[in-house]
Amino acid sequence: MSNGKSILVDTSLCTACRGCQVACKQWNNLPGTKTKQVGTYQNPQDFSSNTWKVVRFADGKKEDGKPYWYFFTDMCRHCVMPPCKLSIDMTVKDAVIQDEATGAVVYTEKTKKMPFKDVMCPYGIPQQNPKTKVLVKCTMCFDRIKNGMIPACVKSCPTGAMVFGDRNEILDKAQKRVADLKKTCPKAMAINPDDVRVIFIVTDDPKKYWKSAAGG
Amino acid sequence: MTNHWIDIQHSDVILIQGSNAAENHPISFKWVMKAREKGAKLIHVDPRFTRTSSKADFYAPLRSGTDIAFLGGMIKYIIENNKYFKEYVVNYTNAPFLVNDKFDFNDGLFSGYDPGTRKYDKATWTIKKDAKGIAEKDFTLQDPHCVFQLLKKHYSRYDVETVSKITGTPVKDLLTVYEMYSATGVPDKAGTVMYALGQTQHTSAVQNIRTLCMIQLLLGNMGICGGGVNAMRGEPNVQGSTDFAILSHLLPGYLAAPRASLPTLDDYLKKNTPKTSDPRSANWWQNYPKYATSLLKAWYGDKANKENDFGYSMVPKLDDGQDCTILNMIDNMYEKKIKGLIVIAQNPACSLPNANKVREAFTNLDWTVHVNIFNNETASFWKGPGMDPKKIKTEVFLLPAAASIEKQGSQANSGRWVQWKYEAAKAPGDAIYTGDIVIRLVAKLKELYKKDKKGAFPDPILNLKWDYTDDKGRFDPVKVAKTVNGYFLEDVTIGDKIYKKGDCVPSFAMLQADGKTSSGCWISAGSFAQDGTNLMARRKKDDPTGLGLYPQWSWAWPVNRRIIYNRASVDVNGKPYNPKRALLAWVDGKWVGDVPDGPWPPMSDLEKGKYPFIMKPDGVSSLFGPGLGDGPFPEHYEPLEGPMEKNPLSSQLKNPVMKIFTGPCDKFSGCDPKYPFVMTTYSSTEHWCTGAITRWQSWLTEAQPQVYVEISEELAQLRGIKNGEKVKVESARGSLPCVAMVTTRFRPFNCGGQTIHQVGMTYNYGWLFPEDCGDTANLLTPTAGDANTGTPEYKAFMVNVTKV
Repeated sequence: MSNGKSILVDTSLCTACRGCQVACKQWNNLPGTKTKQVGTYQNPQDFSSNTWKVVRFADGKKEDGKPYWYFFTDMCRHCVMPPCKLSIDMTVKDAVIQDEATGAVVYTEKTKKMPFKDVMCPYGIPQQNPKTKVLVKCTMCFDRIKNGMIPACVKSCPTGAMVFGDRNEILDKAQKRVADLKKTCPKAMAINPDDVRVIFIVTDDPKKYWKSAAGG
Repeated sequence: MTNHWIDIQHSDVILIQGSNAAENHPISFKWVMKAREKGAKLIHVDPRFTRTSSKADFYAPLRSGTDIAFLGGMIKYIIENNKYFKEYVVNYTNAPFLVNDKFDFNDGLFSGYDPGTRKYDKATWTIKKDAKGIAEKDFTLQDPHCVFQLLKKHYSRYDVETVSKITGTPVKDLLTVYEMYSATGVPDKAGTVMYALGQTQHTSAVQNIRTLCMIQLLLGNMGICGGGVNAMRGEPNVQGSTDFAILSHLLPGYLAAPRASLPTLDDYLKKNTPKTSDPRSANWWQNYPKYATSLLKAWYGDKANKENDFGYSMVPKLDDGQDCTILNMIDNMYEKKIKGLIVIAQNPACSLPNANKVREAFTNLDWTVHVNIFNNETASFWKGPGMDPKKIKTEVFLLPAAASIEKQGSQANSGRWVQWKYEAAKAPGDAIYTGDIVIRLVAKLKELYKKDKKGAFPDPILNLKWDYTDDKGRFDPVKVAKTVNGYFLEDVTIGDKIYKKGDCVPSFAMLQADGKTSSGCWISAGSFAQDGTNLMARRKKDDPTGLGLYPQWSWAWPVNRRIIYNRASVDVNGKPYNPKRALLAWVDGKWVGDVPDGPWPPMSDLEKGKYPFIMKPDGVSSLFGPGLGDGPFPEHYEPLEGPMEKNPLSSQLKNPVMKIFTGPCDKFSGCDPKYPFVMTTYSSTEHWCTGAITRWQSWLTEAQPQVYVEISEELAQLRGIKNGEKVKVESARGSLPCVAMVTTRFRPFNCGGQTIHQVGMTYNYGWLFPEDCGDTANLLTPTAGDANTGTPEYKAFMVNVTKV
């Protein structure tokens, strides 16, 4: 039986070129929003109804005093048991679809009936269109996948930091990559691989990348 | 690049210095990451911890403008710790050559310096020759006058403590980099150098790159798979501009621009054709007359013949000593010596240094034409900050051009691949190919010169061969490309092969000096097959060597050679130094692998064998390089504006022959407390150059909306600046309000006990659009240029940063 699809995001290969952030907007017809420089490379500062993918930048100092700069191309994790779907289902029936073939978690227009404050997501992903009240987020490019293409963000990645494939293969890949990385980075880990379809690999404490990197 | 992008994956150690490849050449990191996955180590040396540093196995900071000190220390380390690849150094470099006894170096100056003219007389920078005119050598490398000993002596002064005092790099970090990188000085390891504008935009820029080359030669990393000195070039078309001479000192194919003191073709060829007395040196440039004559035939066609020197008199000549590089051009505009300017695909009002001077210079023009896909700060200079349109006489024309993806044609990449591309979309509205704009302009000029018999010197215009249009009168890129490749103009027999009139020249080896061939750029000869097949359009993925050379994917100059100097990847018998990555091998009397640097047998064949570096008259590469204006060995000098009162290596503080200007706008500060911080400028991933294209793209301005200055936490504390606050950055030439980005990624340098702060800005912005994005960092940069090329010093100068 098929175990659906997954995306592996290996942050150790990510250079934060933000091709994925832009590709997401391009495919989903989302406009650039008005931003200001506030003292960081990260922009927009967070998700919005017009921004479903944000590359987060975190800099600091390592124990030896040298800098680090971590990149986290944040997006919906497409949870295996999505808390957002569970919470929305309680109020509005069939507002969220979990696609059988891929496992993609996709919001429908019916979500506009859902009080936004009651939507549960440990990663802070869902957003509400302020005008239509419809809830929006990453669709895993479910429409591309149905047409034999890979998600736009994965397609744009120049370094292979993002890989799309069958979940079983991706899980296997993640395990091997973590084992490899552990040789030089003992803290290397995959974040919640059993619970999510978008599996991030980090080489340090996930919280150093982004406070909600591992949920919470 | 001596190598090519895909080849980076074969490196064992990658040194990125003077480049932020991850941000500015993102695709290069596909190959860097592949190399790392195979176990390669990545070193990044840079003043600022960037997205490139974040992926490095080792990051070492260095103060902007101190690369030669850093790398000179590495040369000393390599020599004194016997890390060099001796067999390679002895056979393939001029290390054993004996230098003129009178050559000297003393306290920062080489022999022959004239402080009055600020120039060197290079009479003593010569190699000793024997009675036959062949270089004298000591293969034991012991003679005190041999290049190797002079090199050793020169860099013996670059001990790690002194280097650290200059660069601000901790001694421990210096030693780590030296050790990691010099580990590649063995036959089966490859080290590559990736550099970009961080090396080229300094007053000692060419010497920066020479130092990198010398390290690669000492370690035997030149000409090999996974090695080389690799300039990261980009969409601004640096590769194309050098190949096709959009530069004032060159003609296409790296031929020299003629000078007025060379009135005949014969004078020009004599001056520029190198000679050798050594029969074992191929001295490929001996073919110079064939390339120059074929170029003239391409330009003037039937109007170029033996009787009229193939039209040489029609080629514009530079006066002796005349310098037409970009800083001089702007200076001449500023001095009202230039009346009109055509600007194609550029935004000099933001991209050139000392932008206030540049913008002022534009007001002196009678007219200016801009060919671009968008309006920009240059085309709109007359309504820019501080300008009163009523007082500006300049007439401005903005011609809409097709963007690169809207054009068919050839496209050269850093790895010298020339790939043919199709037109992906039609250009919108009235926008046309730049080629069509040139076609129409020249047609009009021809018409006017024909009509008006009083036009001065009509010959070069009227005699210009101009048959580049299709049957509808439009620019035909294939016709241009074929002219660039070259034709046989008569039937020619070479060896036992007959080439017919009208055939394409399949290689520059077939070009002739007698007018029987044409070629608009000899290095491009062979981009079409003899039958006219466009080899640049090839897309076959065959990989016979398994090294990713893909010889049937597009076409690479020269002659589809994917890695140049590849004869240095084998020993004197033609056996690959690294059998695991055998680029080339001499097997059963012929070369197998990449297209070799010439067909001759390897060096051990005393009769027919040739030395490997065929473009050098001596046949070997130059550790001692007398060709440059500022010394045969690179020497550390401070930038025009620097934080040091003294140079710890000599009493010569600055490059003695760098290009400087003294006009009213060309102000610069010495070691001045008014401007206490080192500044460098750069670009970001999200914007392209001055942002003239990318600032109109809302997904990109969303990601990088406004001009900012990156400063350390320590400097922020010193100046009472908080992250995200508005600040003013000021130099002796201008000031610029922007947002402070306080970051751990810049740290103060400890230069021998002196704390030196450095800051940095991108030059991605301009006043025109979006409205609140700020202006260019080039309002601050100095009008100073490299001693050899005149490339502006964008990368190191002094500023102040204050809270507003």
